Formats: sequence, C-alpha cells, structure tokens
Amino acid sequence: MTISPSSASTSSRTVRILGWLTAISLALTAVMALVISPRDVNMGDSVRLLYLHVPTAWLAMYVSFGITTLASVLYLWKRTRSRFWDLTAGASAEIGVLFLGLTLLIGSIWGRITWGVWWTWDARLTTTAVLFVLYVGYLAVRKVPAAPEVQSRRAAIVAVAAFLDVPIVHFSVEWWRTLHQDATVLSDRRLLDPQIGGTMAWTLFLGVVAFTLLYCWLMAHRFRLAWLEDRLADRAMQVAIDERRAEAGVGAGGTKKAGVS
Amino acid sequence: MWRDAVLVAGKDLRVEARSRVGINQVVPFALLVLVVFAFALDSDRGTLVSFGPGLFWVTVLFSGLLAVQRSFVIESDDDARDALRLSGLDGAGIFLGKAGAVAAQLLLLEVVLTLGVVVLYGVQLRGPVMLLLTCLAATIGLAAAGTLYGAIAAGLRVRDTLLPLLVLPVLAPVLLAAARACEAALAGAPAEGWPWVRLLFVFAIIYVTFGVVAFGPLLEEA
Repeated sequence: MTISPSSASTSSRTVRILGWLTAISLALTAVMALVISPRDVNMGDSVRLLYLHVPTAWLAMYVSFGITTLASVLYLWKRTRSRFWDLTAGASAEIGVLFLGLTLLIGSIWGRITWGVWWTWDARLTTTAVLFVLYVGYLAVRKVPAAPEVQSRRAAIVAVAAFLDVPIVHFSVEWWRTLHQDATVLSDRRLLDPQIGGTMAWTLFLGVVAFTLLYCWLMAHRFRLAWLEDRLADRAMQVAIDERRAEAGVGAGGTKKAGVS
Repeated sequence: MWRDAVLVAGKDLRVEARSRVGINQVVPFALLVLVVFAFALDSDRGTLVSFGPGLFWVTVLFSGLLAVQRSFVIESDDDARDALRLSGLDGAGIFLGKAGAVAAQLLLLEVVLTLGVVVLYGVQLRGPVMLLLTCLAATIGLAAAGTLYGAIAAGLRVRDTLLPLLVLPVLAPVLLAAARACEAALAGAPAEGWPWVRLLFVFAIIYVTFGVVAFGPLLEEA
C-alpha cells in the first residue's frame, strides 16, 4: 500500500479540471441568479435566494446523504466491505451536513423576508431540521476514537439506522402539520410550480448542475484527505514498530540492553 | 434466539430489581419531571390538561434514556460485556432481551406516570384501548431504538452526551406520534389517533428488525 505519485501532489489533473468547471458554473449561476433572471412578481428580489437554497438542499439531502447511505450499506455487506466505502460515507456526510446547514440558514433568511418569521413548524422544515441533527449525530459517532474496524462498522450502522428514520420522520411530521394547521405556506408544489419558467427555471437548473459539480470536487478532495490520513496512521504505526525493533536490535547487538523489547 | 432473549431479559430485570435504582431513582425522577413541568407552565389546570400527553411522553423519553444507560452500565461494570459475548448467546437474542427488559421497566414507569398525570394534572382517561396500544407500540419502539444506540454508545467516555444526541432525533417521530395518539384518545376522537398508532407500530417493527440484524456485529466490537 504505497502512495502513488499522483495522489501525493495536491490534486490530480481530472480534479483540477473539475475544479475549474465548478468555478465557472458557480460564477455563471451567480450571474444568472443576480443579474439576468427577473424579479419575482410576489417575492421580489428574495427569490434570488432560492437559486442557492434549492441546489444546496438537493445536494445535501439527496446526493450527499444518499451516497452516505449507499456507501454504508456497501460497507456492511461483507462482500464489498472495504475502508473505501467507509471513508466515502464519512466524507459525503460531512459535505451533506455543511450544505444542509447552509440550506437551513438560507431558507431561514428567505423565510424572514417572505413570511416575516425566521422559522415555522412547517412539515418540510421540521423534517429537514431532524435530518440535520441525525447526521450531526452520525458525524459525532465518527469522531469517537476507536479501532478503525470498530469505528467503521459503528458508523455504518448509525448511518443506516438514521436513514431508516427519514421516511418515518417525514410522514409523522407531514401528518402532524396537516392535522393541526391549514395548508402550509411553503410546499414544494408551490415552490416549483410551472409558473416558474423560462430564465428562472434555467437558473435553478444551472444552480443544481453547479452544486453537483461542487459536490464532486469537494468529495474528491475530502476523500483523498481522509484516505491519506488513514495511510498516515498506518505508516506512523509501522514506523514506530520499526524504530522499536531497531532499538531492540542495537540493544541486543551492543553491550547495553535497551529497555524496550 | 427467544430462549436467549428471555434469559438476558430475566438477568437485566433481576439486576434492576435487586439494585433498586429504578424504583429509588428513575421513578422519582420521572415524577419530579412532571412536577417541574407544572412549575414551568404555571400550574393552571387548563394548560396542564391540554399539554398532558406531550409532557407525559417527554418524561417517558427522558426516563427511557436513563433506563437504556442503566441497561448498559450494568454490562460495562466488571467487564460483563465480555462475559456476555463469551457466553455464546445469540446476538439477536441479547438485543431482544435487553430491549425487552427496558420496555418492561418503561411500561411499569408509564403506569406510575399515568397515575401522576391523572392526580397532578387532572387529566381524565378516555379511550383505554388506544392508550394501551399507543403505550405498547411506543415503548417497544423506544426500547428497541434506545438499546441499539445504547450499544453503540456503551463503554465510551462520551456515552452520557452521545446517547441523547443520537437517540433523540431518531425518536422524534415516536414522541410526536405517541403524543398525538394520546391526545386523540383523550379527546374522544379515535379516528384521528389510529394513523399515529399504526405509525408507532411501523417504527417499532423497523427498529426491532434492524436491531436483531445489527446487534450481533455491534457486540463483537471493542
């Protein structure tokens, strides 16, 4: 298990190209969202926040946590068990939590402008908040020191258990709101209804593409970092063992015996 | 598997019965929480009656956390966990046993708490069938998910803080569903309650199944 020369540099060619593509598409999204796309009839300029809000939500909830779950299942399945899947799951969850946090933050700002409140117990918001805390817990489990094997298995089980909870949370919260409150202000249908067309739809689409690229780019870097950390831990162990052995060898060959065996 | 479950549950319940921690500390704690809620919400009867189901289940949830922690503290003392692992008992059986013992304790606690809610808050019990089924399903789900996460957090330095962080979001739908079902039952509107009871059973089934599958590998570690 040696580190290949390409991964020893800060980045590979593919990742650099990906990085440039991400930067360009993000810049384009910014131009589209801030300059080209029109103000919304009802929401005014605050609609521009949604070009950030929807892609981050999509990235976090579907892409990141989806991949975390998939990777965790693949890790738990004996045939495909490898450190690779564990590190993938962890890297993806970190990015997911970051972007879900951003989603909540941007959504909150948007809500303040549009509804006049920072937070409302809408079904979608509540589900998202619970999801956020679930994955914060997952990251906390990953941070608890343990043997690599143990840590990976523990994390994978937590990830799957959290994922099982998502549909239940979703339904319970949905019913809760529909039983106790009239139609909610924000529903996905109203947000993405066909009224939003033309430039707005394209901006949103571009945003989703840009953030997907961003996800891939961040994943490539985060995963590589995690992988190198892993290798480093292995290597440090090996170096330490070799040093002790060398000491012991010198001790046995020389006149004085080393204290370490 | 079932025989192992009964053995483990019997052991846990015997330990609890003899140490009397549950009776001497957890039950008084739960009642204390009810009293504290009354202070916090101003003991105006109307408020307490309408919030009764929610407060009841929040109390059960917190006491459940204590019960789960107790359930794994007795395993970490004297390396009992290793002994359990070496005993050759089925992992799934151990899970069912431990979850069963926690569920049994919680059901007992719920009986006491129900009395507390009736006496202290002046809640009038209605719809006994739905109340019973709600308690049963919610408790099984709570115990199963709690035991699963308890095993993950057990023996860690950070277990006291990690367990609530992991369990509370997972149990959020249980709290929600149980409180709503009880509200519906007490309000004499069972039609509104049944979907919640069903949801509680679905939750219980999912987490019991997952626990049965995942507990063996979890126990092997450390």
